[in-house]
Amino acid sequence: MNRHRRDFLKTAGAVATLPLLASSARGSDAPPAGKESFGCLVDLTLCVGCRKCEEACNRINALPEPPEPFDDPFVLDRRRQLQPTEFTVVNRFHTGRLDERNRAIPVFVKTQCMHCLKPACVSACIVGALQRRNDGAVFYDVSKCIGCRYCMIACPFQVPKYEYADPVTPRVRKCTFCADVISREGGKPACAAICPVEALTFGRRDKLLELARQRIRSDPGRYIDRIYGEHEVGGTGWLYLSGEPFEKLGFLDLPSRPVPQLTEAIQHGLFSFMWAPLTLFGILGGAMWLTRSGSHLKEDD
Amino acid sequence: MHSHAKPLPVRAPFWTPGVLVLTAFMVAGAAFILARFVGGLEAVTNLDQTHPWGIWIGIDVATGVALAAGGFTTAALAHVFGRRFYEPVVRPALLTAMLGYTLVPIALLIDIGRSWAIWHPIIYWQGNSVLFEVAMCVVIYTHVLYLEFIPIVMERFKGRINLPGPLGALNGVAESLLGLADRTLSKIMWIFVLAGVVLSCMHQSGLGSLMLIAPSKIHPLWYTPILPLLFLTSAIAVGFPMVIFEYTLASSSLPLKDETDLMASLSRYTAVLLGIYLALKLGDMVVRGTYAHLLEGTAQSNAFLVELLLGGIVPWLMLLSPRVRRSRRGLFAAACFIIGGVVLNRLNVFLVGYRAPHAQTSYFPSVGEIAVTAGLIAALMFLYRLLVTYLPILSPHGAEASREVIS
Ligand code: SF4
Ligand code: SF4
Ligand code: SF4
Repeated sequence: MNRHRRDFLKTAGAVATLPLLASSARGSDAPPAGKESFGCLVDLTLCVGCRKCEEACNRINALPEPPEPFDDPFVLDRRRQLQPTEFTVVNRFHTGRLDERNRAIPVFVKTQCMHCLKPACVSACIVGALQRRNDGAVFYDVSKCIGCRYCMIACPFQVPKYEYADPVTPRVRKCTFCADVISREGGKPACAAICPVEALTFGRRDKLLELARQRIRSDPGRYIDRIYGEHEVGGTGWLYLSGEPFEKLGFLDLPSRPVPQLTEAIQHGLFSFMWAPLTLFGILGGAMWLTRSGSHLKEDD
Repeated sequence: MHSHAKPLPVRAPFWTPGVLVLTAFMVAGAAFILARFVGGLEAVTNLDQTHPWGIWIGIDVATGVALAAGGFTTAALAHVFGRRFYEPVVRPALLTAMLGYTLVPIALLIDIGRSWAIWHPIIYWQGNSVLFEVAMCVVIYTHVLYLEFIPIVMERFKGRINLPGPLGALNGVAESLLGLADRTLSKIMWIFVLAGVVLSCMHQSGLGSLMLIAPSKIHPLWYTPILPLLFLTSAIAVGFPMVIFEYTLASSSLPLKDETDLMASLSRYTAVLLGIYLALKLGDMVVRGTYAHLLEGTAQSNAFLVELLLGGIVPWLMLLSPRVRRSRRGLFAAACFIIGGVVLNRLNVFLVGYRAPHAQTSYFPSVGEIAVTAGLIAALMFLYRLLVTYLPILSPHGAEASREVIS
């Protein structure tokens, strides 16, 4: 037995340290859309575009005062995007439908984080700073965040926003689902609580789906037969009812497959118990041993 | 004795005009880095709410890691598969890999918003996150590279330790410590060589999985479930071209031994490896039917065509010709095409192919971003130059004499 071969056997035990990573790579299963999971139903046929929800959201999250006051109706037409300082915005859409006096009927669309059931942002986050809580809120913990912005790459709705101007302690900013409030008995998100026309209904997601179906059934002329968020990207906590096709209202056409499905399948497929890396290590080790011992035999001759 | 060539420090003056130019780039980059830490990312970059990643991720990290693949591919060739003939390229490739991987965390420190929290992944493990896996592999692999580099430093100082003044009394102790470390390390080095190759395969493919988290945003020409495999095979394929590229550059400014024969035989492997990558890429395109997008005429489809034709098929055809393989210039040109193809591929996957919903603008890097990236690349070349001048890495002219004695 030559020296290299002995070393090889002696130190083979050290290889056992490699699976250190194994437990991390296996990860946790995505949280179930449990019974206690809350959601919010937005009925676009009811919303009057008063922007009260924007104002309530601004206040409860202690966001800075916006340049235009909340009762300024003109901003509605600007197709505003979510901002680091605006966790929810309402935009006005005209789909071409007219009322009996030939006036265009506006549709107001509130946007915010969808609080996905299988959130891409949560699966992506390198340190687990984003978590989906059992109550349905996708929650951001700034104390863990490193600011890599992978969550912004991952989110299919382009929701998380970033404080680019802050040199040292920038945060990811997005709707919190008023996590502090809804965790209390009877607590409602600020936006849903303030809505004067009850366009926003907060409650258990399964109950909301029932309510939505019931509304469609009882007034089929008012609604199109689709609940946005029921299936999109594996289901979202926030659900929408509409009288107009969602495509005309700026909604994205997304598949029903959960976004993180492929990456998680690859990660867990390759790294459960580190089988793939260890196998590769073994195969390469074998190749190394063969070629080494071969060259040694020749030299020993 | 295995070593055929004897690497030596290159005896050439360090402060050449080229090195001064590198220094100028580094200073410019440093100025913008300073601005980033004063005014935030907004002050220096063109990143916005729909484009969270720019060239600091697309080039400095994703492309940098791919181009540092020469380190593990040469190690695998010479030390795992026992092709000791290629020994002379292992050290320079190891050095480039080590420098490349050292710059990755530096680039990340600049890019991530909370630089001071960069160590968080070490305690907050998140196994579902591809980024977590990549980060962990890169961190461990960088240390493996340092370990693989230690013998080179020790070789330089063994038998030559001469501590100043009263410390001179410790010369003997230091010398025997060095000897002990050297012997221990050489006994267990095979573990690190193997681990280096395995870790490289893991994170090279992992980089390909990164953008799979955004199926609705990445253009279908690049979004494929085999993207990790494509990243791995293209990284392996670009390893030797990088060696050829660096060697040709280094030997044009330093008095190095002519290794064109060795490069020619290396390029035969590249023809096969690049062929495998192209076969996978084309096969995937056929299976998924994405050729339908080829003639869209969009920025994406054009970028894809350039990447595939100029960066893949053209150099592959070049390498099939023995005449190209035997000529120093032909080899260098083919290597440049392949490297360009891989660079463009990484840029395409991370930046060009990324189409965010609600985006009102498109991303193009700012002057500051380009300056920082250029500064980091200059720093890499500067350090390469510095280390080959003082450590036994390259085989200079006249090393043949000592080589004969040894073999
Ligand atoms: S909408 Fe985006 S940010 Fe909100 S939970 Fe879903 S993936 Fe996360
Ligand atoms: S920016 Fe923060 S929250 Fe987003 S993925 Fe990175 S660490 Fe996680
Ligand atoms: S749930 Fe809370 S944070 Fe989210 S939009 Fe409503 S008020 Fe704002």
